[in-house]
Parts: sequence; C-alpha cells; structure tokens
Amino acid sequence: MTVGGADRPDGTPTVPAGAPTVSGAASVPGPGASARPPGTGRPDVTEADGWIPSPIQVERLAYRRSRTRRSALIAACSTVVLIGVVVLVVVNTPGWPKFRDSFFDLAYGWQVLPDIAEGLWLNVRLMAVCEVVILAFSMLIALARTLRGPVFFPLRAAATVYTDLFRGLPLILVLYMLGFGMPSLRVDWLPSSALFWGCVALILTYSAYVSEVFRAGIESVHPSQRAAARSLGLSHGQTMRFVVVPQAVRRVLPPLLNDLVSLQKDTGLVSVLGVIYDAVLNARIHTAETFNYTPYVVAGLLFVLLTIPMTRLTDWVSRRQGWTGAGSHL
Amino acid sequence: MLTIATDQPVYEPWFVDNKPESGKGFEGAVAAAVADTLGYGTDQVTWVRASFDSVISPAPKNFDFDINEFSITPDRAKVVDFSSGYYDVTQAVVTTKGSTIDGATSVADLKSAHLGAQIGTTSLDAINDVIQPSQKPAVFSTNDDAVKALQNGQIDGIVTDLPTAFYMSAAQLDDGVLVGQLPSTGEQPEQFGLLLEKDSPITNCVSAAVDALRADGTLAQLADQWLAQAGAPELK
Repeated sequence: MTVGGADRPDGTPTVPAGAPTVSGAASVPGPGASARPPGTGRPDVTEADGWIPSPIQVERLAYRRSRTRRSALIAACSTVVLIGVVVLVVVNTPGWPKFRDSFFDLAYGWQVLPDIAEGLWLNVRLMAVCEVVILAFSMLIALARTLRGPVFFPLRAAATVYTDLFRGLPLILVLYMLGFGMPSLRVDWLPSSALFWGCVALILTYSAYVSEVFRAGIESVHPSQRAAARSLGLSHGQTMRFVVVPQAVRRVLPPLLNDLVSLQKDTGLVSVLGVIYDAVLNARIHTAETFNYTPYVVAGLLFVLLTIPMTRLTDWVSRRQGWTGAGSHL
Repeated sequence: MLTIATDQPVYEPWFVDNKPESGKGFEGAVAAAVADTLGYGTDQVTWVRASFDSVISPAPKNFDFDINEFSITPDRAKVVDFSSGYYDVTQAVVTTKGSTIDGATSVADLKSAHLGAQIGTTSLDAINDVIQPSQKPAVFSTNDDAVKALQNGQIDGIVTDLPTAFYMSAAQLDDGVLVGQLPSTGEQPEQFGLLLEKDSPITNCVSAAVDALRADGTLAQLADQWLAQAGAPELK
C-alpha cells in the first residue's frame, strides 16, 4: 500500500501521446505537440497514425538537421583547435624535452605498469570492503541523528560529535594516529596490521561524510509522509524502514556515488602506513629509485580509468531520475 | 651567495638539532667545508629546505646544491647532477632486544624477517637484492615512521645506512640492537653525493671541492668526529 500517493511515478501520461494530433495541423504547435520530445529528428511518417508531415514540417525538420550538423562541426573544430593550441604551447615550452623524459617516458611507464596495476587491484579490494562497511555504519549514524525524544539525547549527541570530529580531521592524520598509534597500545587482541587500521581510518572518515548525505536524504522527505505513516499505525521503526529511508536513499544516490568515487582515490593514502603495496606506494618506490615521475602518471591514469565508469554511472543514475538540474550535459 | 638545500626536518648524526646552518653534524660540517673551499664564508651561505620529491623533479632548483644523504645511481644521474661522493655508505640492520633477528650472524638469518626501510633509499634495494627476504619489505615515508613501527612490533628490523643505524640503536630506540652491516651490493661502493640541477654550471667546481676535501683528509676527519663507525659486525 502506498502512502499519500507519493510513490506514484509522476508525469506518466494517461493518454497515448499521438492521439490528440488528429487535426494534422502540424504547423500549429498545439498542446498535444509537446508530448513528443522536441528535436527527435525524424517524423514518424505515416505508419500507425496515418500522419503525413506537411511541406512546412519537412522543411523545418531539414532545417533543424542542418543546424545540428553545423553545431557538431563547430564543436569538433573548436575542440581540435583548442587541443592543438594547448599541445603547441606545452611542446614549445623551454623545459619540454626534460619534462617529457621525466613524466612521459613510455618505455619506463610500460616497465612499471604491471607493478602498479597489481597495486591497483589492492586499492579496488580495499575500496570494496570499506564501502560496504561505510554504507552500513553511516546509515546507523544517520538514523541515530534523526531519532526523536529526549531519552535518545546521548545517542544523538554521540553521533553529532562523531560526524563533527571525523569530518574535520584530515584523513592522513587519522591514518597516522590509528596506523601507528593503535598497535603501540600493545593490546593482544587488537590487530597490529597496518592494512586493518588503514581500513578503519577510511571507514571512520568516510562514514562521517556519508552519514551526513543519508541524513540530508532522510530530512528531505516531507514530514507529512512521516505523519501519514504514523497515522496508519506504523511504528517509528516501520515508518523509517518502509516509508522514509527508501525515498531518502533514492534521492541521495548521486552524492553517494560521488563519495564512492572519492573513496576509490583516497585508498591510495593508506600507503603512508608503509606496508601496503598499493598503486601509489609502488609508484612512489619506482619514482624514488630513478627520479622519474612517469610511474605517478601511470598510476594517475589507472585511477582515472577506474573512476570514469563510476562517474558516468552517477550521471546516468541522475539523468534516469530526471535530475538534470541546471541542465549540465556532456 | 651560495644556496644550500636540505630536507625538513633533518636528523642526527647528519645534522644537529635540525639546524643545518650551525655547521654541526656530518653533513652540516661537509656543506660548510665545501662552501669554504669554494670561497664562501659562513655569512655568504643561505640554507633552504626542499623535500625529497621536489628535489628529484626536473623543475628549476632554488638552490646551488642539496645535501641530504642522496645515494648516487646511474638512473638518478639522468635527471640530476651529482658531485663526487663525499661518503662511502654501508647498509646496516637495526632491531630491538629479544626480536627474532636479535643475534643474527649471517644474511641468511634475516631471510624470514619482516624488514622495513625508508622510501627512496638504497636500503630498500639492499633488502630486496642482498637479503631477498620471504616477506616483502615495509616501506616508510620517513625513518621515524620505521622506528615507530619497529617499536610497535609491526616489523622485525630496519635497514638503513650505518651512521643512522648507530643513531637509531643508541638514541631513538630504548632497547635498540645493531645487528650488523650488510655486504655491499654492486661492484662499486655506494656513495652519498651532493645533488645539483641537471647540467648545472657549478657541478665540476663542487666535485673538485669535494675531491680536495677527500684528498686532504678533511672528509675522513669529519666522519670520525660526527659518525660512530666502529664496532658493527659484518654479516656474511
């Protein structure tokens, strides 16, 4: 059962879109014309509805197509010119030969690629494990922050202090303090593995951010939804579980994916703890051996290749939900 | 004016109290002696700080030479200039009392240990090439991090240059033990050199100054003064 009709997808047309255009007056953009997305190019000639575009419409479509071709051509030209200018400027700088040898040494890059790729696999696994824990933990924090009633004050306060603290602390300091600090307590049942504490540091820092994203989502659900759910006899827990959280999560999906992309890169910071041979550490070792920065460039490219699918996925999810917002597009 | 660079911070026994301009510590004294040989008085020398990563880039340098335990290797010499070596380096192993490698007498005894070294040092190469341990070595940004990890029991031992090893075992670690020196890797002894910008016009002058200091015994005398060098058993 749906509450308050909010789950009904909005904008679903109840009447087939082609139906109202029987009059065939295509030159007058009547109310029915807006159902067809503008600029779809080809008219659905004849087939089902027997509609034959008027000569004016044919002319208009041809004109639109020519404008599209013109835009594409201009975009291509301006891109080529811009890239050309940038390349020319860079290549003609006085330090370019040295720069190229130091940053784009192809042979050396190829030589270190397997090492760095192997390190990247560790980054990916690290990211996957941390992300699962982060999502669960941060949801708990967000729920704790949205609890009502004076009896829950300690929980709310603890969650607030936690998010304030770990959003403020630079990740690299958390890594140092946990990675070198916790093992020095010399408690037997505490693991002393740097990988473990690196994970913990990532989880603590990122959960603080992600819990705020979740909280924003939860608070964006209109109070009337909550009231309606409670009036139908759902408990607070059921209201959250069946009404509020599902809507909240859907709304914050793009920022969540954004944080995931960011986490992917920050797994590279774990290498400051020393024993974790991830892509960044392998690149640093090779760079320090030869004073050649190409391994950094290789690692950077691999990270970009890793995050691009994630970024595109985020865009796709946003678009699917109709959030083109200010209209940004590629 | 002569501008000399080093890292921030710097450590004993190479510098004293993180004050390179005092001319104390082995490298502080060598830098002062090189400046003196080149004809610069103490008031004509400026010290600047430059991190490892900034020094090794091909970007223009804001110093005449950098002194910071840079080992000379052919690969590195493609990107920067090195003067003649001012110190012959041996690598040594440090651990804590009662660890698994305390009392090791041969390189083979170290194979099963989890060893650590600072990134960008030839100590790391020594672990991989000479000891060839069963576990990949731990790589730290600074020697301080390595010492912390050794104290925590996260690693069994640290490989570093001999003077630093003496300093670690005597001053930084409460129950430090210097296990011994490692046999050298290559045909030529490893050396520390002053680092200059690639094709710097003064590389030859600086090298000549270092050579002169070596020839007249100044380098040996400074090493005796600042670096504890005796009494480290050699690991076979």
